[in-house]
Amino acid sequence: MTEVSVAKDDVAASGDLVVLKDVNKHFGALHVLQDIDLTITRGEVVVVIGPSGSGKSTLCRTINRLETIDSGSITIDGKPLPQEGKELARLRADVGMVFQSFNLFAHKTVLENVMLGQIKVRKADKKKAEEKARQLLDRVGVATQADKYPAQLSGGQQQRVAIARALAMDPKVMLFDEPTSALDPEMINEVLEVMQQLARDGMTMIVVTHEMGFARSAANRVVFMADGKIVEEAVPDQFFSAPRSDRAKDFLSKILHH
Amino acid sequence: MSIYVTHPEAREIVFDFLSDYNDPSLLGAFWVTIKLTLLSGVGSLIWGTLLAAMRVSPVPLMRGFGTVYVNVVRNVPLTVIILFTSLGLADIFGVTMGSKVFETRDFRLAVLGLAAYTAAFVCEAIRSGINTVPLGQAEAARAIGLNFSQTLRLIVLPQAFRAVIGPLANVLIALTKNTTVAAAIGVAEAALLMKEMIENEAQTVLIGAVFAFGFVVLTLPTGLFLGWLSKRLAVKR
Repeated sequence: MTEVSVAKDDVAASGDLVVLKDVNKHFGALHVLQDIDLTITRGEVVVVIGPSGSGKSTLCRTINRLETIDSGSITIDGKPLPQEGKELARLRADVGMVFQSFNLFAHKTVLENVMLGQIKVRKADKKKAEEKARQLLDRVGVATQADKYPAQLSGGQQQRVAIARALAMDPKVMLFDEPTSALDPEMINEVLEVMQQLARDGMTMIVVTHEMGFARSAANRVVFMADGKIVEEAVPDQFFSAPRSDRAKDFLSKILHH
Repeated sequence: MSIYVTHPEAREIVFDFLSDYNDPSLLGAFWVTIKLTLLSGVGSLIWGTLLAAMRVSPVPLMRGFGTVYVNVVRNVPLTVIILFTSLGLADIFGVTMGSKVFETRDFRLAVLGLAAYTAAFVCEAIRSGINTVPLGQAEAARAIGLNFSQTLRLIVLPQAFRAVIGPLANVLIALTKNTTVAAAIGVAEAALLMKEMIENEAQTVLIGAVFAFGFVVLTLPTGLFLGWLSKRLAVKR
């Protein structure tokens, strides 16, 4: 039985970058992820939305194993997610992650933040790493801040540095866990613009967000989660104009009428 | 006191006893105190950091060892530990610390005992520092592919250290004063000389004051310097 399914996977693997199958996770008595099946193909931008507590952040964090899962399987680029150790570290380097609270290394300058992974994980030499770091900082529009410490930057600037830090590892896929939720309103757009550009450049992205505008304009697919389950998946236009499930209708009615 | 200060002759008589002590001299004895402090300070910093790493490691055996070590060692009186190094390690188990000369052996044993004892406090100070580093820092480190040891060495510990320079200064000051316990196994540091002087001389209060002053001279700048360093290196969030 297993042999057949493996063979089938291999055929599908060419375009599928991230595959979650029957993923379940509990936090104590709370069943936060229930039978999650989700496939993300190369170059696709998937936006995950849903009410808070629906498990969307947890889902995002399981993909680079910052959260473990109780059952099911996650494969990235055809390889199952390793349990721990060197293999896991290597995989994480291929999966970029941007956090809600930026999490820039507080004791290192902006430039050092973007260089660190290249040097310590990718074993790049210092000069090449700095060159690439400056290039990336320029790309996200914070080149002039390279020698400052994270605490000296605005939230929007910090988050853009965090994106540069993740990009420095040449990731196959980028995870965004509510990247704009901790930002002042006037800084949200500068971060979203960087993300839009990334999406246009063909980066595979999984974005957990409350920014419906971004979902509409940048996503190839919207995944709607509620109570630990994927309730609905659709292209953005269809999802926002004609949601099928009552849960999604209810959610959209609450957020879109202001 | 004023007559001692104003009359040179009186001063000579009062402090005369100091000139009887040449081996070890007052400064020589304090130099031994300084050496004990520095060597066991460095030793305890290294061993304490390793213990802290064990206590936060994902390996249960290491965590268990770290916990047991800290709780045993910090709850045993230092005098017992120092006496054990000499009467237990050296006399029963034949640990000579690479020297047949008693003086050197006992000095090294005292450093070992002081370092082993102080490391328990260093460990707990650093562990509390680790707790001040937001979880997101370690998560971000892991997310770019750093392994456990890199995450600890490059991201968590550097921030933890900066947060606990103040508490570590306390530990270092306590250590400086704790070196006096080495007198129990005959290490010729300041306290042993003080004991000897008190037995031989009349000016007991003055002798006490001289040694107290000596220790303040050692510890006060330590505290001030590390306090300044702590502010300077504080991680801004």
